[in-house]
Amino acid sequence: MSTTTGAHTPDGGEGPLVGRSVARREDPRLLTGRGRFVDDIALPGMLHAQFVRSTVANGELTSVDLDAVRKVPGVIAAFTAEDLDLGDITAQLDRPPEEFVPTAMPVLARDRVRYVGEPIAVVVARDAYAAEDGLEAAKIGYAVRPPVTCEADALADGAELVHAQAPRNTLVDVALFATEGIDEIFASADCVVHVETRTGRQNALPLETRGAVAHWDDREEQLVLQTCTQVPHQVRTVASRCLRLDERAVRVIVPDMGGGFGQKCVVGREEIATAAAALRLGRPVKWIEDRKDALTASFLAREQHYDVRAAFDAEGRILGLDADVVCDMGAYSCYPFTAGIEPLMAAAEMPGVYTVPAYRVRGRAVTTNKAPTAPYRGVSRPQYVMVVERLFERAARELGLDPVETRRRNLITDFPYTGVNGITYDPGSYLESLNLCEQTLRDEGWYERQAHATAAGRHLGIGYSCFSERTGYGSTAFAQRKMEVVPGFDISEVRMDTSGAVTVTTGTMSHGQSHETTLAQIVADALGLDLAKVRIHQGDTDRVTYGWGTFASRSVTVGGSAVRLAAGKLGEKLRRLAAARWDIPWEDTTLGRGRVHRHDDPAATLTYTELADTAYLKAHLLPKDMEPGLTATASFDVFNDGTFSNATHGVVVELHEGTGQVEILRYVCVEDCGVAINPRVVEGQCRGGIAQGIAGALFEQVTYDAQGEPSATSFMDYKVPTAQEIPDVTVQHLETPCAFSETGAKGAGEGGTIGAPAAVLNAVNDALRPTGVELDHTPVTPETVHRALRRTLERT
Amino acid sequence: MKPAPFRYHRARDTEGAARLLAELGDDAKVIAGGQSLVAMMNFRLARPRHLVDIGGLRALDHLGTDSTGALRIGALTTHHTVETAPARRLGPGFDVLRAAMGWIGHLPIRTRGTVGGSIAHADATAEWCLLAVALDAELHTHGPRGPRRIPAAEFFFGSYTNALDPDELLTEIVFPRPAPHAALTEFAERRGDFAIVSAVVDLDLAGTEVRGGRVALGGVAPVPVRVPEAEQVLATGGSFADCAAAAAAAVNPPDDANGSADYRRRLIGTLVRRACEEARAR
Repeated sequence: MSTTTGAHTPDGGEGPLVGRSVARREDPRLLTGRGRFVDDIALPGMLHAQFVRSTVANGELTSVDLDAVRKVPGVIAAFTAEDLDLGDITAQLDRPPEEFVPTAMPVLARDRVRYVGEPIAVVVARDAYAAEDGLEAAKIGYAVRPPVTCEADALADGAELVHAQAPRNTLVDVALFATEGIDEIFASADCVVHVETRTGRQNALPLETRGAVAHWDDREEQLVLQTCTQVPHQVRTVASRCLRLDERAVRVIVPDMGGGFGQKCVVGREEIATAAAALRLGRPVKWIEDRKDALTASFLAREQHYDVRAAFDAEGRILGLDADVVCDMGAYSCYPFTAGIEPLMAAAEMPGVYTVPAYRVRGRAVTTNKAPTAPYRGVSRPQYVMVVERLFERAARELGLDPVETRRRNLITDFPYTGVNGITYDPGSYLESLNLCEQTLRDEGWYERQAHATAAGRHLGIGYSCFSERTGYGSTAFAQRKMEVVPGFDISEVRMDTSGAVTVTTGTMSHGQSHETTLAQIVADALGLDLAKVRIHQGDTDRVTYGWGTFASRSVTVGGSAVRLAAGKLGEKLRRLAAARWDIPWEDTTLGRGRVHRHDDPAATLTYTELADTAYLKAHLLPKDMEPGLTATASFDVFNDGTFSNATHGVVVELHEGTGQVEILRYVCVEDCGVAINPRVVEGQCRGGIAQGIAGALFEQVTYDAQGEPSATSFMDYKVPTAQEIPDVTVQHLETPCAFSETGAKGAGEGGTIGAPAAVLNAVNDALRPTGVELDHTPVTPETVHRALRRTLERT
Repeated sequence: MKPAPFRYHRARDTEGAARLLAELGDDAKVIAGGQSLVAMMNFRLARPRHLVDIGGLRALDHLGTDSTGALRIGALTTHHTVETAPARRLGPGFDVLRAAMGWIGHLPIRTRGTVGGSIAHADATAEWCLLAVALDAELHTHGPRGPRRIPAAEFFFGSYTNALDPDELLTEIVFPRPAPHAALTEFAERRGDFAIVSAVVDLDLAGTEVRGGRVALGGVAPVPVRVPEAEQVLATGGSFADCAAAAAAAVNPPDDANGSADYRRRLIGTLVRRACEEARAR
């Protein structure tokens, strides 16, 4: 790391780019409308696809008649499952049948439908209007069965089975931990508190809906599938298997993306069907998911039920945690993560930032007649953090202790710490972030303001949440999940051209994370190059060797490390080349300002263009042991439990008596993601995540009626908060560098979403304290708050 | 979310629009700003075979007070025009209208949506419908059987239905007299949403003394309603709190996913009182 003497930066400053909030290189094109998203792609002769979708939640398909569809003006073709004959999408866990039951998700429903919105047929037309006209002409016959629409239905004796092979509609059932003697611990504890929580089903809701453009390239003998996905190589694998093509015969290209948040890190059925239609017709086919389908028929998340007890001693030290978690995963397991994604995350990680000595957990995934689920930013952590933080608040109340002090007594402070869940936590600033967050609210006078407001009959509440977030999962950590497909590593190639500019590939896939900026900062520092000389390439399976895409806050820790290692290797090659010219040991050189410098003669330098000239255009001058060209490849993986970023969120709310409205008066986030490559990007991640966390706490929910019909078909009903509902957020940084990522960075993508629901809910409950009512289910609506506030009003 | 097939017609003037509507009959729908209609067409909830675009009818885009002191608003005037109107076009007697505009959707919607479109659409929670009923507006129409002047109290029949014939065009909205001490307020979970409940109070003030007033509510029935019981309280010197309580007790609001009947009743209490106070302060 000491081989860099400083890079030339766009703002004219000296010193490393890492750690500096350089302007996003993506912004000029995105903010001036010159980005290229899937829907911007238009190919000659391109057709448009839409899907005939199930109108019933559960039933057999008795007939699929598309004759009238094919006669609709403008419709070119319509295909059923039988017409296309595609392989199913099946995600597997390497667990025994009593712990995991797989589901085969057909690309188009064959004989059974399992949720309203399930694709049954694809209609291809000259434009999207005609395609929709075609949908209306489809005649689908159903033998309707009673729908399973909630956890209670699913687990009831004699319940209708969503999948015949899954008894009790249970796809995952694991008891990961059970500390010996835990029942005795609870029996003899000074204080046992209980929280039961249900969290609303949500939609990750990327601004850009899903979509794909597929065509066959005769010259390359390749299917080209341009689609907005977080995981290009995994889409390639599934597409090649479903379509029965060699994997090299599928090229997945990802253009600019307008968000994903996990909804796009699984493989959807529609992009495969679009590709199949393009192959059948020999013409390009585009599918753009409309907002109604995006709300009802894409992947959802977060509907969970927690029943958790915690035991404490009289001083508020936690003695044990006993948890039962049931996640309603909808109709199918998503690929590659399976229906285990939510229960396994919750069960493995629940003790979190606290020193919990005893732990028992059962985690289950049930299947229901609702749209399937995918990971959503934070995956279960927004939920279990909320539950654990509610437990701490409740215990503090019962024991008459200050809730912040109670947390202090339990936070992990000696690192590395191996928890009761077998996970080793690398160093973080758990206590420091809590102290700074509380101090900030104290210094700003919120505790006094709360006292004055209470005296005046108003309802102000202050709430906190403490959490850490495992990031940089390598293949070792993912293997513990027992996924049949084990993500983890990343590969990067750095190539310098004759002008001294570099092209860098990454297997990660930015869908808003600013990789073109942050990864370029890392490379520019490693090579002592101008930022403008570095170009990042992602999202093309033909250009990138292999990658696991972007999810689980892995891109900067894992992808950034691979990029750093590859750049380091190229740097060494440049130094060896220069050293050979000077006939000195290569160790006696350094890189900087686009040149190699020699230690013993600062005036003597060789520019990268001079060296590239030799490497490419005068290869006869190269030392005998050196290959022509200037390229280097490196891979990176994490062989431990990963690295934990952490944060404390502090929130002040006011509850309005007349309406029940929850107004957020102050939001402070103190975060630690190790070395922040670009602090402004980190802050953006925090703010966006917090907005989504607030959405879950107070606004968004997808509900289903007794027939399994989803309620939210537009933004009138799915209440995504707008800029007017989301407060300004102050982000403060602490920095505990990661010891094993190449840059010291930890992941920063999900923390905002994780911390917000707990902090908001704690603040709401703090404000409700005089009423004696505690609210544990989300979203907390104004009507619920209003009812709670009325309890006191009517008592006094 | 693409509309079913339709034919598009652009009217040159009021006569032309009326002729097109007469010719095309029940299959035609008038489009002005399109802020409600296009969304319904995209969901295929509305499937007009013909759209008659009146967007070019300059004569219907006007705003100003006439010699009688009445405010005349052309049907094509946008919400944004009202929101930003200078005092010479929208005098202090009609501040309530300017202030109410902030509750309508979001800025882009207000720059396209029109006053006439909102009233002709007749959504039960629409601000313009409520204002029209509360302030006794008169709705002027043009049709093959000649012009009509329909009092707002007789205009709204139910959700999305009103007294307009299919071949009739709403041309002008007339607020007959200033309402200097009036206010509209409402509540929704998100700013810009359709109100769960909305309230207009128009006070008759002598100095600071309340001599009476009008109270109207949206979101509690299929059409905006006046609440005589609450007005009676104002007329007899009752407090704002009593007025609000009377309003809450008088109506029988719906019970649905946006709010229980009980919650709506309590919102009425809050909002009527708030509107009374804002009206007095104006």
